[in-house]
Amino acid sequence: MLTPKPRGTLSQTLFELMRSRPDELGTTRGLRAEHADDAQIALWALYELSYRGFEDVAESLEWHPDLVALRGELEVDLENALRERFRAAVGEAPAWSPEGFFDFCAEHDGPSLAAFVHRDADAEQVLDLLRLRSIYHLKEADPVAWLVPRLDDTTKAALMELQYDEYGTGNPHLLHAGLFARGLEACGLSPAYGAYIDDAPAEILEQNNAMTLFGLNRRLRGAALGHLAAFEATSSLPSRRIAQGLRRVGLPDAIAAYYDEHVEADAVHEQLAVRTICGSLLAAEPTLAADVFLGAFSCLDLEDRVAHRLLGEWAA
Amino acid sequence: MTASTSSDHPDVIICPGGPLLLRGEHVVQDEQGLAHRTTRPVSAVCRCGKTSTSPWCDGTHKVIPARNRP
Repeated sequence: MLTPKPRGTLSQTLFELMRSRPDELGTTRGLRAEHADDAQIALWALYELSYRGFEDVAESLEWHPDLVALRGELEVDLENALRERFRAAVGEAPAWSPEGFFDFCAEHDGPSLAAFVHRDADAEQVLDLLRLRSIYHLKEADPVAWLVPRLDDTTKAALMELQYDEYGTGNPHLLHAGLFARGLEACGLSPAYGAYIDDAPAEILEQNNAMTLFGLNRRLRGAALGHLAAFEATSSLPSRRIAQGLRRVGLPDAIAAYYDEHVEADAVHEQLAVRTICGSLLAAEPTLAADVFLGAFSCLDLEDRVAHRLLGEWAA
Repeated sequence: MTASTSSDHPDVIICPGGPLLLRGEHVVQDEQGLAHRTTRPVSAVCRCGKTSTSPWCDGTHKVIPARNRP
């Protein structure tokens, strides 16, 4: 993958310096993003240095102090925005219980892309959605993998029980990200990692960046696992609707199969994520309960924002 | 007590209002008498009777009235 297209003066300067003039990266200090697109693509690219990197950027820049400093500034802005949205919509986090957590997710009301795909979307709209979902699904489960060495034994083992399934129980042909890549290919789309990053609106980038923010910062482990649990708890039923929608518009079975797999897998994963993973984390560290709900709310709210954006564009 | 029989890491977990989780490899017989082998590290067996992927849970228990959940 090459560096994405810049979207403003910050990302323009940053990507040029990363590619060609890393000695001058200090000049990024004090630069501010022009708007959300500029900030989110810059942060996404900085995070990407710790995933697969870019062919046109030296691997040695991953921990360059000026890039780490810029990443930190962009992360503060994102975390503040997520916390402010949580305060405005939820206020105080509810008390933790597995049933209370499931209710918190079920009671969250927002527009549903799954319902639209199920009944109304045409094939082009579905393909648009698959391109945008590829930004995450081609690194599915990776943002949570950063957490593993940061947890105590019980929570670590519980998380790995779920992650082992995400990663195909050791079989690369069953890896969830690989199932999605084969589905994309069957639809005539590129299965290449990051292929559609330039198509992604700020809402998709923010949704992806929030997962990495939570996963890469140990202090946000509660939010990371709350996000995971809400993601899993809102996946089974929507995945079935999406699979039916994909078949309705005549897309290949390989992409519907990815969603079929998530109907069944996520019916397991939601129980594990809520009961054994978040449950054990909060038994050991009860003060993280508020962050678990911050992560859960952020997952649901960021998906609402993506849905508003796409449904709005499609209705126009 | 071995790790696999430890009370804080059970082989079977009954989820209130939801499925029954099975750790490890098992063969589950459905209502029609058909045998289904588990394929994942943990499997969720439907307890509400409304699943479309019997014998496995598909999350449908969440959309039926709470009083009808297992």
